Amino acid sequence: MKKLLISAALAAMALGGTQAHAADKLKACWVYLGAIGDMGYTFQHNEGVKEVQKELGDKVETVYVENVPEADAAGPIERLARDGCKIIFTTSFGYMEPTLQVAAKYPNVMFEHATGYKTAPNVSTYNAKFHQGRYVEGQIAAKMSKTGVAGYIVSFPIPEVVAGINSFMLGAQSVNPNFKIKIIWVNTWFDPGKEGDAAKVLFSQGADIIVQHTDSAAAITVAEQQGKLGFGQSSDQIKFGPNAQLTADVDNWGPYYVRRLKQMLDGTYKPLQSWDGMAEGTVAMAPFTNMPDDVKAMAQKTVDDITSGKLDPFTGPITKQDGTVVGEKGKPLADGDILGMNWYVKGVDDKLPQ
Amino acid sequence: MPLRLEKRAERSSTMALVSPLIAIALTLIFGAAVFASRGVDPWHGLYVYFVEPLTDEWAREKMIVKATPLILMGAGLALAYRANVWNIGAAGQLQIGALFTGLIPVYFSNWQDPSVMPAMLLMGVIGGILWALIPAYLKVRFNANEILTSLMMVYIADLVFDWLVRGPMRDPQGHNFPKTVNFVGWQTLPHWGDIHLGALFALVVALGLGFMTYRMLKGFELLTLGSAPRAGRFAGFSAQRAIYFCFALSGGLAGLAGASDVMGVSHQLQTPYSTPAYGFVAIIVAFLGRLNPIGAIFSGLLLALTFLGGEAAQTSLHIPDKIAKVFQGVLLFFVLACDTLVYYRVKWESRK
Repeated sequence: MKKLLISAALAAMALGGTQAHAADKLKACWVYLGAIGDMGYTFQHNEGVKEVQKELGDKVETVYVENVPEADAAGPIERLARDGCKIIFTTSFGYMEPTLQVAAKYPNVMFEHATGYKTAPNVSTYNAKFHQGRYVEGQIAAKMSKTGVAGYIVSFPIPEVVAGINSFMLGAQSVNPNFKIKIIWVNTWFDPGKEGDAAKVLFSQGADIIVQHTDSAAAITVAEQQGKLGFGQSSDQIKFGPNAQLTADVDNWGPYYVRRLKQMLDGTYKPLQSWDGMAEGTVAMAPFTNMPDDVKAMAQKTVDDITSGKLDPFTGPITKQDGTVVGEKGKPLADGDILGMNWYVKGVDDKLPQ
Repeated sequence: MPLRLEKRAERSSTMALVSPLIAIALTLIFGAAVFASRGVDPWHGLYVYFVEPLTDEWAREKMIVKATPLILMGAGLALAYRANVWNIGAAGQLQIGALFTGLIPVYFSNWQDPSVMPAMLLMGVIGGILWALIPAYLKVRFNANEILTSLMMVYIADLVFDWLVRGPMRDPQGHNFPKTVNFVGWQTLPHWGDIHLGALFALVVALGLGFMTYRMLKGFELLTLGSAPRAGRFAGFSAQRAIYFCFALSGGLAGLAGASDVMGVSHQLQTPYSTPAYGFVAIIVAFLGRLNPIGAIFSGLLLALTFLGGEAAQTSLHIPDKIAKVFQGVLLFFVLACDTLVYYRVKWESRK
């Protein structure tokens, strides 16, 4: 027994020893909400990390933690800060408070929080104009839907999500003014079971196209099974819906991650609030599939116009659900109005949780 | 069957102390097997999980932080279980306690003087007690099984909490995310490093309940009612009063655990509730601590270690954090299984 204990202690020490890492590398760390195999939101962040590895090679050491619940994230984040990470990307909205808490304790570590709004001297935020992709999807949905109703699965009523719903609706209305969407709040970012159930309910209520603002490929899988249509979320999910996916709004975080880490390496890094879209390549559309050529051409034109800046989904005047009008004719809404959006556009058949 | 259980003439007090150690050893062996099956070297896995967190000042503080609510609840539950009162719903009582605590910063955010801190703690205790008295009443009035009712109340508490934090108590500046305003200033507990004042409550409560259990009439009354209800009644002890007392005590402590958790750690309410499953783990704490309030101190620290180990396994071994739940569940299983040894002796029987 004694021998066993000694050998255990030795083994533990030996293994502990191999854990040391090269000190001259920049250690960059990521905290993920889902699993890197979720084929959606987290998967795309990890694709960005792979791009970092390809671009910066052995100048950077990358580490990630997956499946970190939003409500209990402070522990894992702090562990990374203690482990020598120089920059930590926390990739979900709900990591905001834990990120700020840990950041206050480790002023020499840089933190980058995705999709939030609170900053600190060492906390940057970065986000993507997801709503640009939603507009394209709205147009496609209005063209392709037979029932004129899309089902929309959503997580939390934060501005990013509300702006997505509105942009989708505005895109759809630009094609079919009577287009309708049905909304289900699942109150989670990642729960394939719940997401799939919501898709089934929405289809049974007459929707024939599914959109989602949650992280898994469950909804498109259900669409495929039921012979309906839908959009991939965050990532090209065509292999889950070869006959169902029309396109997907794809998040490309790679260019941003590479840019920020290069800045860390050459000493030009400064905290900032970044909000990139199609023009910067952060928001992209997956190939247009399962639709006729004229719809493809329309969608591609919209993408080109948004990319070139000719079209902005939130161009005034926009009629709100309550009938009031915002925005001046021909002018896009200010960034702040979109980043704080807490109202629906006219035609959305849902009450925003207030 | 070559194995046979033979009832001991009397409870083995050696085994009562040794059986949890056997259970821990079996859990470790099981853990090694789990790590091996995941392709992780078992020694390294166990080291990262159970030893590494103890080598770091920072992690030791975190362990005490996580042990605080576990000890508070485990000590209360230990006494209740001794009295044969089965409060399984500490998780819900904790959540309602946290909710009551949050009412003050949400609706009286300007209350900023030293009196707000005890007021919030008291609110937590009241919330926990009120929630716990519901199954107590159902038990006394209708003889409803308190294991079921107190468990059901957990899910109701969860939904009440969710509804309020998502709706009326939501931070109006919070961009619609389901969380309350941050607690600030006197609305938070003083802390040393990560350890907050709640740790002191936990220590005092566990020692105090230990004293009460073994040195005071109330403790004797509860132990008697638990082990020999008829004898208790003949002695004039009221079983009904004991039910109310045990639920109020363990519920109030769960409420205090919730209050000190939100005032000391998260500084806000967030849904889904922002802590791990303390309420159910506290049941393991009570049993592993031999249903002795003082034992809950040690078992609370051990179970806190399983939370930290889960985090460590997640970050450095890339094993899902669910591993912590597996360890906790397996530990309870082995503790209960090994308790057989307290009353039975295992005999090998040779075939004739």
